[in-house]
Amino acid sequence: MENLAAAEQSVERLSIDDSIEYLKANHSQAIKLDDRDGYEGVIVDSDMLVDIARVIRDELGFDYLSSATAVDYLGEGDHMEMVYHAYRSSGGGALVFKAQTDREAAEIPSLVSVWRGADFQEREAWDLYGIRFPGHPNLTRILMWEGFEGHPMRKDWREAYYEEEQKPFDSRWPGGHVHRAEEKNVFGKNVSYPPDIDLNRLMDTSEEAVYQSLGLGVDIERIMDKDGFETNELVVNMGPHHPSTHGVFRMLLTVDGETVTSLEPVMGYLHRNHEKIGERNTYLHNIPFTDRLDYISSMGNNHGYVLAVEQLMSLGRKYNPPTYRCEALRVMMVELSRIVNHLWAIGFWLNDIGAFFTPVLYFIQERERILDFFEAVAGSRMMCNYMRFGGLFGDLPERIKSVSNLTNDRVRDYNTMQFLTEMINERIPRTIDELEVLLTQNEILIERSMGVGILSAEDALNFSAAGPLLRGSGVAYDIRRADPYSIYPELDFDVAVEEEGDMYARYRVRVTELRESVRILKQILPRLESTQGESIWADGKPGAYAPRVPHGESYGRVENGKGELGYYIVSAGGRGGSSNPWRYHVRAPSFINLTPLGHMSKGHKVADIVGILGSIDIVLGETDR
Amino acid sequence: MDLNLQEVNATEFPVPVELENNIAITSLSQLYNWGRRNSMWPMLFGLACCAIEMIATASSRFDFSRFGFEVMRATPRQADLMIVSGTVTKKMVVPIVRLYNQMPEPKYVLAMGACASGGGPFKEGYNVVSGMDKYLPVDVYVPGCPPTPQALLYGMIALQRKIDGQSIANGDDVPWYGEGPAEPTPVPVLGPDIIDPRQMDMIRRQAESAASEMDLLGQRELPALTQLVAAKVETAQAAVAEAGPVDEDALSVVLPTGGTPWAEAEDIREKRRLRALARKALRATRRTAQTEGE
Repeated sequence: MENLAAAEQSVERLSIDDSIEYLKANHSQAIKLDDRDGYEGVIVDSDMLVDIARVIRDELGFDYLSSATAVDYLGEGDHMEMVYHAYRSSGGGALVFKAQTDREAAEIPSLVSVWRGADFQEREAWDLYGIRFPGHPNLTRILMWEGFEGHPMRKDWREAYYEEEQKPFDSRWPGGHVHRAEEKNVFGKNVSYPPDIDLNRLMDTSEEAVYQSLGLGVDIERIMDKDGFETNELVVNMGPHHPSTHGVFRMLLTVDGETVTSLEPVMGYLHRNHEKIGERNTYLHNIPFTDRLDYISSMGNNHGYVLAVEQLMSLGRKYNPPTYRCEALRVMMVELSRIVNHLWAIGFWLNDIGAFFTPVLYFIQERERILDFFEAVAGSRMMCNYMRFGGLFGDLPERIKSVSNLTNDRVRDYNTMQFLTEMINERIPRTIDELEVLLTQNEILIERSMGVGILSAEDALNFSAAGPLLRGSGVAYDIRRADPYSIYPELDFDVAVEEEGDMYARYRVRVTELRESVRILKQILPRLESTQGESIWADGKPGAYAPRVPHGESYGRVENGKGELGYYIVSAGGRGGSSNPWRYHVRAPSFINLTPLGHMSKGHKVADIVGILGSIDIVLGETDR
Repeated sequence: MDLNLQEVNATEFPVPVELENNIAITSLSQLYNWGRRNSMWPMLFGLACCAIEMIATASSRFDFSRFGFEVMRATPRQADLMIVSGTVTKKMVVPIVRLYNQMPEPKYVLAMGACASGGGPFKEGYNVVSGMDKYLPVDVYVPGCPPTPQALLYGMIALQRKIDGQSIANGDDVPWYGEGPAEPTPVPVLGPDIIDPRQMDMIRRQAESAASEMDLLGQRELPALTQLVAAKVETAQAAVAEAGPVDEDALSVVLPTGGTPWAEAEDIREKRRLRALARKALRATRRTAQTEGE
């Protein structure tokens, strides 16, 4: 018995390669190595997928499904593929496994029974790729509306403003003439209709379908309450225009009195087709688009994307890793973004639970100064577009312009390093202290948030929660430590973790992370001083405008303010590589963190729902992409 | 627009000495506009990235309350101004039009940023509406991605200047001062793709003609259309080449009325200019009449 337990434990600690060997040894009939050039992991037989997934989760210990996404290999093998990245919550790299299916009748068994975190991701794959998932409890469209024609991410589906497969378009470069997309469209608008459209009998079924997924219909349902009185269960619609949904997010609640009995998130109101546009763009084109995903912390988004592409580029021959100064600058920018993000998240969460706007105003003070710094360095306050493959847009300027006080102050001229030192050593810690004094022991805050919106550690892992939502549930999983990148291994900081799993725990995690970020920044400052004058580019000059990226796949992930931000990129060029990604997928923490929202909200009052949503901290640019 | 007490007191109406500088006399339009422009309440309504800069504009560093945009209201029924702050998607345009219909008149729309003005970086996306003005009348466009708070403030002040120029008396300027109730904007329908009910006839016509011409629609193959256009251009070019050197008069189109399109356009422009001048002159005479009234 003990031997068996020991053996199981050792299996749980197998390295990635050994895990694949283990799978091959035990399930040889269902497993095939993925030997395509630049690919990793295994290809699992579709019929056996659920069983193999259970083996991967239970026997091998890969208990965290980070990303599940589809790829359309039209012309590159003519099949559809689901790609899964599973991790161990104790840390380490990914076990990548894939399932392939025919393009025409695409069907892959659902993994919701193994990882509930696959729920929304499979719905997304159905919506955008048209892959059916037998066994999925609610396989409806998630980003587009029910009734939309076609599955837009398929390679042979073309948008109304289609011009060419890949940029740069011939019409713009090198010849170059200006035209408007409307001129080439029959309807003069961004629309296209099927030939059999019947305008006389036009039905908007999108709403109906949304309500049907609740299992209630639109009508009120009569139920008996516990005292035997007949009462009504109501459907309440919150959003997409609602001040507490942090953008154009929508929740459908069924309530019994004030108590929520079920909650269904409805999204896609800001689905602006990052991925389709990203596959037309060149690699470099995509960097400014990543800014607009999580628009509170654009630097972090840049970092994840740049890492993913650098991983691919490192497969090629001509690749130099970024210099030390470049890495230090990247980490500094990302940590400053994290501070902005957490201040913003805490502030807006307080908005939601009743402290309307006053705390935010205090937090925005520090945010504005950090934004001044970003503006001086990158040229834009919010959309920094700062990182490049193998380098950065530019080094720190000598002097920057900012204010010391937001109201009634003139613009002052600062030495950049002095400005940073003052901000990191004095101003930000002071803001955090102030925040803690006023809030952490605040009785109203504790009353409102303790014990509300509880997510247990097992559930958090199973739902693929990430970031403060996961760490607030007692899982010490921070990618900066679990699967380190950049210069994080040499930096001294702790992973913030709280056991309770409620709203208050998430707040505490954020506050601790603010302090840890300051701790990291304090270590970065001397590194910047000592590397003064070093180039930010590997070979001393900026990288190519249109780099050719070698054939293969990569998954670059970073710990962003809201959680694990991953980019799955496939380069499907010939031998020389490609200048446009074949697949560009964003594993958005805000999107996947919403999966447990319904589970967490059940049994709470309507007023707590907005607080629970605020404590997850979503941003819609990333949720809907 | 500041009310200059000296100026407004210079009136033909006798004002008792003890009330001088306590009474202001002006036109109803000016008074009304002065009140309106300084109490424009925006709707608390954020769409995308621009919303964050809108919040920054509302908070202490920039503070649009200083200019009369006092407080943001979450309900459209208490709002005068809709700041469309971000990318308008096909799925979202339906609620936006509904919100707009719920706003009381007079109401204004400010398109903040590149996306709301014309689709911006996401214009080619299949779920993106290329500009709010495809569905709602937009009063001010603020460029930028996202616009800085300063730019947004400038746009809002531009809106105030626009209000200053409006008159209760003139129904052409502002639809809601005209006669009869204003029509609500029809809500778009989410079918196989978004459908604007106002354009049903056009869509039907285009669909029919395209289907009859070469069964284009439904293939979603725009290259086929570009080929068609290219073929037409080619035949036209061939015809031109055959005809030899071009005589400009021969090319001119003659309208049923006898003029050419550009002459007619110029005509309209000239008429419009004269009308504007006349209106300006009228206003000037009124103003001098007021000041000379003493």
